[in-house]
Amino acid sequence: MTDKTAKQAQQTELSERLAVLKKNKAFIVGASILAFWVFSAIFGKLIARYDQDFMDYEAVNSAPSLKYWFGTDQSGRDVYSRVIVGSRIIIVISFLATLLGAFIGASLGLIAGYLKGRFDMVLMRILEAISAIPVIIIALLAVAAIGRSSSIITILIIGLIFTPNVARTVRAAVLGESELEYVAAAKLRTEKTGHILFREVLPNVLPTLIVEFTVRLGYAIFAVATLSFLGAGLEAGSPDWGTQVADTWSLIFTNIWWPTLFPSLAIASIAVSINLISDALLEVFEL
Amino acid sequence: MSTSITPTLELRGLEVAYTVRGIDRQVLRDVSFSIAPGEAYGLVGESGCGKSTAAFAAMRYLPRNGKITGGSILFEGKDIVDIGEEDVAQLRRSAISMVYQNPATALNPTIRIGKQIAEVFELDGASKSDALAMAQAALTKVQISDPAQVMRRYAHQLSGGMAQRVVIAMALASNPRLLVMDEPTTGLDATVEAEVLDLVRELRRDTGTAVLFISHNLGVIRNMCDRVGVLYAGALVEQGATADLFNNPSHPYTVGLLRCIPRGGLHKSTDRLDTIPGTPPALGTHFDGCVFAARCALADDKCRTELPQMVTISGAHVARCFHSDKASSMPRSVEQIEIQSTPTHHLANVGESLLDVSHLSKVFTQDGHRIRVINDVSLSLGVGETLGLVGESGSGKTTIAKLVLGLVVPEEGGVIKLDGKGLAKTLNRRDVQDVGAMQIVFQNPDQALNRRHSVTRIVSRAVERLRGFSAQSSIERAHELLLGMRVEATLHGARPVQLSGGLKQRVAIARAFAGAPQIVLCDEPTSALDVSVQAAILNLLVDLQKQDKTSFIFISHDLGVVRYISDRIAVLYLGRVVEFGASQRVFNGPFHPYTEALLSSVPNIDGSIRKRIPLTGVVPSPSNPPSGCVLNPRCPRKVGSGYESMCESEEPNLNEVEPGHFMRCHIPMAKLKQLQS
Repeated sequence: MTDKTAKQAQQTELSERLAVLKKNKAFIVGASILAFWVFSAIFGKLIARYDQDFMDYEAVNSAPSLKYWFGTDQSGRDVYSRVIVGSRIIIVISFLATLLGAFIGASLGLIAGYLKGRFDMVLMRILEAISAIPVIIIALLAVAAIGRSSSIITILIIGLIFTPNVARTVRAAVLGESELEYVAAAKLRTEKTGHILFREVLPNVLPTLIVEFTVRLGYAIFAVATLSFLGAGLEAGSPDWGTQVADTWSLIFTNIWWPTLFPSLAIASIAVSINLISDALLEVFEL
Repeated sequence: MSTSITPTLELRGLEVAYTVRGIDRQVLRDVSFSIAPGEAYGLVGESGCGKSTAAFAAMRYLPRNGKITGGSILFEGKDIVDIGEEDVAQLRRSAISMVYQNPATALNPTIRIGKQIAEVFELDGASKSDALAMAQAALTKVQISDPAQVMRRYAHQLSGGMAQRVVIAMALASNPRLLVMDEPTTGLDATVEAEVLDLVRELRRDTGTAVLFISHNLGVIRNMCDRVGVLYAGALVEQGATADLFNNPSHPYTVGLLRCIPRGGLHKSTDRLDTIPGTPPALGTHFDGCVFAARCALADDKCRTELPQMVTISGAHVARCFHSDKASSMPRSVEQIEIQSTPTHHLANVGESLLDVSHLSKVFTQDGHRIRVINDVSLSLGVGETLGLVGESGSGKTTIAKLVLGLVVPEEGGVIKLDGKGLAKTLNRRDVQDVGAMQIVFQNPDQALNRRHSVTRIVSRAVERLRGFSAQSSIERAHELLLGMRVEATLHGARPVQLSGGLKQRVAIARAFAGAPQIVLCDEPTSALDVSVQAAILNLLVDLQKQDKTSFIFISHDLGVVRYISDRIAVLYLGRVVEFGASQRVFNGPFHPYTEALLSSVPNIDGSIRKRIPLTGVVPSPSNPPSGCVLNPRCPRKVGSGYESMCESEEPNLNEVEPGHFMRCHIPMAKLKQLQS
């Protein structure tokens, strides 16, 4: 019975927040765009009109038409289908990279903010050093060192680069929380540090972490697109947006703008949608 | 009221509503009162009754979801309900100032204090350097120690008392014609409170500033205000000249409020505090009859169905009650609490020594300076007794509690003995029994209870850890404890945010009792609560003590509360115990000069005039304590005692001046007695 009321209590607080969120215009727009891309990431093959690698030699570089909505590229491939199918790569890689960065960053931030002192100081200096290195340079060096592009490497690099930002945000929140007396109360019932960190403090900094996650996700989209544009992000030949732009941008000078414009718009729209969502979350959760 | 003078502020039939989740909820109902120039008008009532809303409305500063739905607000005869933003800004800049309830949020955390105050003067056209000088003068005026240094600090580096003094300095800076003070001294020490109140009185006398004074503290209102209005559920239920209203309260709510207060002379051993049964109505409740009917001992059918009008008691003294003639003889409301019996763990007899603290010291290092915040403190506490710790903020009360609990590690030489057994200095080296034996109830339950956890979990987890119960039986025990603290079963699944302040504190008390403690430290447990709730919490603590022989260390700045609940008192000053002894001894004198000053600064609820023994100057910084007796620069009894040179050169020891009564003073007992008579 009491568990039920506890759940109800949690639900009322959350449902009140969600009710406000649902009325937030920025959130509605952002979530709709993101939902569309997530849908195409999952069911891309079903809504694509052609196979993304099918080459129509009759219609190389043809302008947008009823047959090819977004036109075709220099190999006669349907740009629309490639944009739809390409969404999966960028979403999955960005998401995994952000998750990795958030996980490591949150853990380090929790520990640093709670323990303070020397550990905190040394850790934060190291993280500052990491965040001083530009993501593009690291990625290019890694590609040069390994000799080929790989999506795993991209995830690891972006995750590593994001770690300091997440750690810093979480640490700041934890610094404030650990001064509160519920932490002293936990010590006064002989709780271990791990319990205090993950069961007492973490739930209270979770909203901060979620917002930081969405902000980072927005950056990750750009980072992945940029890396693949530079040919350092992904395996060659994938129908990824950044690669598409890289392969076709020189055609703009011959007035063939469509193979470049549509993937670029796709990148912009997903980045904007995530930013809209994180703004709305910031507002609704009063962070 | 005379009609020839235009009142500074007049509210006529003011109605205010807040829109919450799409519904208008009425918070002020037909509130009318006026304040003449130079007059101080007090508004009292429990939290949520609309006191602050009335103040915000008067400043046209309602929150965005608040709106004035009826009536008018006249400032110097001019209706300000419909004036534009520009005029409102002008009004606030030059005519109306406000001192807010929470100084921590009233100050900008990113701007240094000096610059923040100087801005007010710069707005008035002073040059930058002049403004800074004026800011420093303003700080000196509000009795802040070391103003030059405070100017360079940020808000978070100030104690609550200092921050409020800064806020008051800022409010006074523009020489306002109306000063709205919303619980201005609630967070302050008695001595500072008395000084700040003196300051406000002076300002009123000098400039004819009218004051709207909001407080839950009836003693402060009684001493500060010419007239008083009592608010309940957004309605003014009684109004009159201060003396009339306090001497002949004529609304049952006013009567109830006055009875809740631990007044001078009451003690837990003989008197139980009255409470007001029930809880205040939720925001925006609709009433057909009297707003107080549901909690009133005199209520009948007429009260519940018909709205009472103000009836004249005598002159300008009015009450909104059908039974105002019977109010003062209303039956007492003394709740009897049935506590489920818990196994008694403490077999010792009441009074037997339980806790012995000796030579406790603590040095904090700040910016390379060593600050001795606690200096050679020795205390003792018996089984089933309450030790009251009193002293101004910064005297080390909370630090002593943390030292005893092991949350802060004392310096070498300090000994903490529980039941004759020496305790480890740090918490993580104490065993579970020792940790469970001493628990704490913090001042602020909002911070002390994890807002992400349910009430049940907060208590059951403590039972699980401290008593070693299984998860299931911990939950059962938690429910028992919570019911014992009168937290109903329907609330056990709730999260702290859904509970009222009193209920939150009951949950915190339940948690403190989870480990069957021998000693519970209470750090200002009732200072965030309304008086009627405070009375109920104090009754609860006393009952728990009688039942379990639990001992308390009770920290409070409210001497009335400490006097009511304590068996022994330790008076602290600058980290030192200056007086220690049985409660009656300490409160009845002869007093240590500091205790004397502290006691005399408490605003009296009974209105009797008492000579205030002022402490001159400011609390010295513990990083640079005065030589000799630390009190000597401020001591009210030093001059003329014949011991001046000794006071200034030699620190006195804590001497036993009579059996069980210790004092840290060079002046002998007989001499003090003579000086104080």
